[in-house]
Amino acid sequence: MSRAQPPKRWRPIVVGLLTMAGFVVTFVVPFLFIFLQAVKDRRAANKLDFTWPDSWHLWENIVAVVQTRDYILLLAYFNSIVITVGAVTLLVIFASMVGYVLSRRRSRLNGFVMALVLAGLMIPPAVVPTIWVLQGLTLFKTIHGMILIQVAYGLSFSILLYRAFIAGIPRELDEAALIDGAKPWQIFFRVVLPLLRPVTVTNIVVQSIGIFNDFTNPLYYLPGRENVTVQLTLFNFQSQFSTQYNLLFTNILLITIPPLIVFIFFNRQIVAGMTAGAVKG
Amino acid sequence: MTAPRRKSPYPSWFFVPAAVVYGTLFLLPTVASLWFSLTRWDLFTATYIGLDNFRQFFSEPFLVSSIGKTLIYAGLTSGLKTILGLLLAVLLVSPIIWRGMLRTIVFFPVLVSTVGVGITFTTMMHPTKGIINVLLESLGIDGPGWLTDPSLALFSVVLVDVWKGVGLATVIYMAGLVSISQDYYEASRIDGATRFQQFWRITLPLVWPATVTVVTLSLISGLRFFELIWAMTRGGPGFSSDVVASVIYKQYQAGFYGLATAGNVVLFSLIALLILPLTWWFNTREVEA
Repeated sequence: MSRAQPPKRWRPIVVGLLTMAGFVVTFVVPFLFIFLQAVKDRRAANKLDFTWPDSWHLWENIVAVVQTRDYILLLAYFNSIVITVGAVTLLVIFASMVGYVLSRRRSRLNGFVMALVLAGLMIPPAVVPTIWVLQGLTLFKTIHGMILIQVAYGLSFSILLYRAFIAGIPRELDEAALIDGAKPWQIFFRVVLPLLRPVTVTNIVVQSIGIFNDFTNPLYYLPGRENVTVQLTLFNFQSQFSTQYNLLFTNILLITIPPLIVFIFFNRQIVAGMTAGAVKG
Repeated sequence: MTAPRRKSPYPSWFFVPAAVVYGTLFLLPTVASLWFSLTRWDLFTATYIGLDNFRQFFSEPFLVSSIGKTLIYAGLTSGLKTILGLLLAVLLVSPIIWRGMLRTIVFFPVLVSTVGVGITFTTMMHPTKGIINVLLESLGIDGPGWLTDPSLALFSVVLVDVWKGVGLATVIYMAGLVSISQDYYEASRIDGATRFQQFWRITLPLVWPATVTVVTLSLISGLRFFELIWAMTRGGPGFSSDVVASVIYKQYQAGFYGLATAGNVVLFSLIALLILPLTWWFNTREVEA
C-alpha cells in the first residue's frame, strides 16, 4: 500500500538500499554462514570464520552425514515425514469438523468448546502426566502416539482457522444439500469440505512446518534410537560432531531444506495463516 | 433451527474425534497434573506429600530464580518483538524498492528449525573464534563471552529469539497496517499533521488489534519457551539461564516426576496470572478506542 507520496524520487531507493544492507548483515549472513560451513572440509570449518572456502566438499559432507550412525538421518527423515503427514491429515479432518459445527450452529455448547480451544493455545502441556497417560494407553515411544500428541496440541490453532473461514461460506449451500436429502456427514464431506480448500492448504502448510520443526515433543514422548526425528538428529550430532563443524552444519542445511521448499511455494498461505485473526483481534 | 422437522444438520458428534484426542492427551494430563504435583511419583506409584514439591520449588534458589528469569525472558522477547515488528512493518509497507524480497528475508527465520538456529548462533557467538567477536575485534571492541558469561547468557538467547521471531510480528503488523484506511492519513495531512503525529495518533491506535495479537502470542511463547535455551546453553553456565521450562525438563530427566509436574503447575499458573488480566485489560482498551 502506498502511503503519503514521498517528497523525493530517490527516497524509496535509498531507504530500500539501507534496509537491504541491514537485512543482509542481520538475516542473510547467518544462513550464508551455515552454507559456507557445510561446504568446507573439517580443518577449514573448525576455524569457524566467515570466509570463502578454498575447496568445495559439500557432496562428501552430505554423504558423510547421511552415512553417520548407520544412516540414522534417513530413518529420522522417514519418521518425521510419517508423523507430519499422519498428524496433519487427522488435524485437517478433525479441526474442520469442529470449526464447521462451531461456526454454523448456535448452541450453549459453543461457549464451552471455545473456552477449551483457547485453553489449548495458552496452557503449556503437563509433560510427565502426559507420559503417564501415554504409557497407560501403550502409546509411549510409538510413532502413532506421537502423531496423536501433535494432533492434540495443534487442534486449537486449526479449529480457529477453520471457524473463521467457514463463517464466510454461505449457509444456503448446506441447506440446498439438506433439501436434496443429504445426510449431515455427506453435506460436510461432499459439499463443504471441498470449498474449504484455501484454508486447508494454509492449515497443512503451517502445521507441517511446525510439526517437522518440533524438537521438544519428540524429545519427551518419543525417546529411543529407532524413533529418532530430524530435529533430534541435530541434537545427537552436536556432541558427536563437536569437532566436526562441517558435518554439523551440513546436517543443519539438510534439515532446513524442506521448510525452504515449502516456503518458496506457499509463502502467501503461510503468511495468511499466521496473521489470521490479527486484524479482527 | 434451520430445519425444524429434521435432526440438526450440524450434529454434535462432529466434535467427538477431536474431543477424544484432545481430552485424553491434553485435558486429562492437565487435570491430573494438579494431583501429581502433590505427590512423590515414579510413574507407577504416587505418594501424597501435600505441598512439599511446591515448598521445595520455592525454597531452592536455582528453582525459584528460574521464575524471575522466565519473566525477564518473556518480557524482553515480547517487548522487542512488538517494537521492532511494528517499526519493520511500517518500513515494509512504505513504498521502497525490493519490498517483496525484504519481506521474504525477514520472515524466513520463523520457518527454520529452532535448534538449527540455536546451534548456528552458538557457533557464531564463540568467545574467541566466533564471527561476531572477530568482527567486534576488528573494530577494536573486546567482544564479551556471549554465552559463557553468566550475567549475559540469558540476554544472548533473548537476542537470538527476537532474531528468529520478529518476522512473525512484522507480518502480523503488516496485515494490521494495510487494513487502515488511507483516508485518515490524507485528512490529517490536509490538517497539517507531521509524520510523527500521524504515527502516534493514527497508526498506533488503529493497529491496536495487531498489537494485542503480537504481545499475547509472543508472551505466551516466551513463557513456555524451551528449545532455544536447550540448544544454546542448556540453562548454563551454572543455572544462570535456566527458565521454568528447562527446569521442568531437568527434573524430569533426574527422575523427580512430582517436582517436574509441580514446575508445570507453576508455569501454568504464571501464564494464567499474566495472560488473563492482560487479555481483560486489552479488551477494555479496545472498547474505549
